[in-house]
Amino acid sequence: MGRRILLENDHVPGIETIDVYRKHGGYRSVEKALKKMSPEQVVEEVQKSGLRGRGGAGFPTGMKWSFLAKPEGVPRYLLCNADESEPGTFKDRYLMEKIPHLLIEGMIVSSYALGANQSYIYIRGEYMWILDILEKAIAEAKAAGFLGKNILGSGYDLELGVAPGGGAYICGEETALIESLEGKRGNPRMKPPFPAVKGLWGCPTVVNNVESIAAVVPIVNDGGEEYAKIGIGKSTGTKLISASGNLVRPGVYEIDMGISVEEFIYGDDYCRGIAYNKKMKACVPGGSSVPILPAHLVTKTAAGEDRLMTYESLADGGFASGSMLGSGGFIVFDEDQCIVRNTWNFARFYAHESCGQCSPCREGTGWMEKVLYRLEHGTGNLHDIDLLAEINKKIEGNTICPLGDAAAWPVAAAIRHFREEFEWHVTNREEAQRKNYGLLKESVA
Amino acid sequence: MVKVTIDDVQIEVEEGTSILNAARSVGGEIVPPAMCYYSKLPGTGGKCRTCLVEVAQGSEKDPRPMPKLVASCSTNVMDGMVVKNKTSERVQQNRGGVVEFLLINHPLDCPICDQAGECHLQDLGFEHGGAKTRYEEDRRTFDPIDIGNKIKLHMNRCILCYRCVHVANQLTESRVHGVLHRGEHAEISTYIENAIENDFSGNMIDVCPVGALTDKTFRFKSRVWFLKPMEASCECTKCSGKAVVWMFGNEIYRVTARKDKYGEVEDQDGKTGWICNDCRFDKKDVSKWNVEGPRKIDRHSVISQGHYLSPRSGAQKTIK
Repeated sequence: MGRRILLENDHVPGIETIDVYRKHGGYRSVEKALKKMSPEQVVEEVQKSGLRGRGGAGFPTGMKWSFLAKPEGVPRYLLCNADESEPGTFKDRYLMEKIPHLLIEGMIVSSYALGANQSYIYIRGEYMWILDILEKAIAEAKAAGFLGKNILGSGYDLELGVAPGGGAYICGEETALIESLEGKRGNPRMKPPFPAVKGLWGCPTVVNNVESIAAVVPIVNDGGEEYAKIGIGKSTGTKLISASGNLVRPGVYEIDMGISVEEFIYGDDYCRGIAYNKKMKACVPGGSSVPILPAHLVTKTAAGEDRLMTYESLADGGFASGSMLGSGGFIVFDEDQCIVRNTWNFARFYAHESCGQCSPCREGTGWMEKVLYRLEHGTGNLHDIDLLAEINKKIEGNTICPLGDAAAWPVAAAIRHFREEFEWHVTNREEAQRKNYGLLKESVA
Repeated sequence: MVKVTIDDVQIEVEEGTSILNAARSVGGEIVPPAMCYYSKLPGTGGKCRTCLVEVAQGSEKDPRPMPKLVASCSTNVMDGMVVKNKTSERVQQNRGGVVEFLLINHPLDCPICDQAGECHLQDLGFEHGGAKTRYEEDRRTFDPIDIGNKIKLHMNRCILCYRCVHVANQLTESRVHGVLHRGEHAEISTYIENAIENDFSGNMIDVCPVGALTDKTFRFKSRVWFLKPMEASCECTKCSGKAVVWMFGNEIYRVTARKDKYGEVEDQDGKTGWICNDCRFDKKDVSKWNVEGPRKIDRHSVISQGHYLSPRSGAQKTIK
């Protein structure tokens, strides 16, 4: 088993209570940061650690924090983005369910570093039971004196709130999250101004993913340089990967950045290979919005080097032969799965979740979904495949927020790598309809 | 003041001006089309994506080009910025793509639409649209609904520019929601109907770039190009009283605010010249207006056909 920093104590019974959590070294970082360090020192440690945002974009967290505007007399906010809705990603859910105090500890230290006196955890509407877990943990932390006025006698005040969303994927986009938190319709805002200048209620705001905030705890405890020793190059530390699909042992794994993809899929410590001794057909390494990779490009890059679980290695080859680490939603497809059906499924998700604000995404995602539906259900034509590729190009980069790109990339990549399969669906309509792609047929159910 | 180059035209504008407004200060071909941006309504813009332009040089200090096309209505100019609109093939292609997206679910019922002849989507489709649609699916449909007793909403024609929502925002504190649902299913909601009991609600019709919001006192009465737009004024306690009356013979068919060449309501006496519902819907008697004279209409507009050309002008001669 690899190193475990975030999930070190996830198996300990009662770790969700503050007493057990503190027995296992919990809240050390709060004491260390508030008593011995200045906010600037905490930011500096995070910068040294090389921690990159774990929500998908991989933007350096320390740099994001350093961009925060600090005008006099204006409150600043830290928001935790727990609106984890990317298909294939469920790491934040596991972390919050098992070790809620780790997130709260991270929130206290991060808020202290940013000078925020009011912070919020924006949680996905479907995670209502986790809302209860977090609220209970916050009440415990408050009773123990880690939240409220004058924390640990340091003179620093912090209130922490949990706000549930309505279950919209788009509210995971940081400006839509802010709109939603303000009580408005969750439409992304135009950028600039960025949230670091004008965010919640028009005040400077930082929005971070759950895992990024949790990772601040070991960084403060052990020092940023120690954290940066794990990993390769600019991909430092450990990463939570939610593995799903046709694997022997799917689940949430904490990996050191830089283990090979081959080890992750086939290694005994990790997923233990493809279920039922089948062959791998394709893999989506970072959640539904990243490009899909065919089997021969999953473990090796186009240049023949081993592909590693890092931001850089997974993106090697650009979109032509690479993908992205994204949010770490690692989905594996075996040889019996249908790429067309899967692509349609993703497209259906994005068509459903588009906010409808800007035209390319609103109309384009729906159009793609309909064309893919026809291809999958045996009424498509060969020119539809080219049409899809063209719609893609017109959406990509022309939208307000990245949802348009996220909808366009998986479709573009599926056509790029599996064009024959799309064509086969058109030329062999009946067989395509008859073939049971390892899925329970509706007629059987 | 900052220097900016748009399609090889160099101009100086105030700092903080958007690219679109900088282009409008020159006018002519270099102005990108705008379906959702409305300079008189704060908060509009950025949604329709028809005003996308290419920034070939970010600024004097940082000459790197911007990787993506940017919405010119919501991107401010920088000193030394170089913008390409008409001269960029990429912009033209992507704008064509946006127009295609706007049209796939549009009913294209121009022959029975009251907006025909003064519709921005028509102009846009004429310039950038394809000759044939590639959309094979059924178009989405909604039932027409009433917004108050004078306005009809045809959601089928709507392009979700949000302009009317912003008008509602200006008029009332009690707007609950302007738009319901998400994505393709998004629609301008009846909540506007419930929220607006206001003397200025008719201005939603004027800001609508398409035929989604129409005047119930004028619907199906006449095509706009059969009418003569005349500048007229009246004594009104609620608004400036300065409007355009659309006449056929000596009858007034409809009343609108005075709009400039970008379809935006002009300023009157230093304020945006919104007109009140009384002037718009109820004063259809010519004796209530002081008709000042014909409204100047762009000669390329279908509305100017046959009305303002003197018998000796060239156009008339060629038609015979």
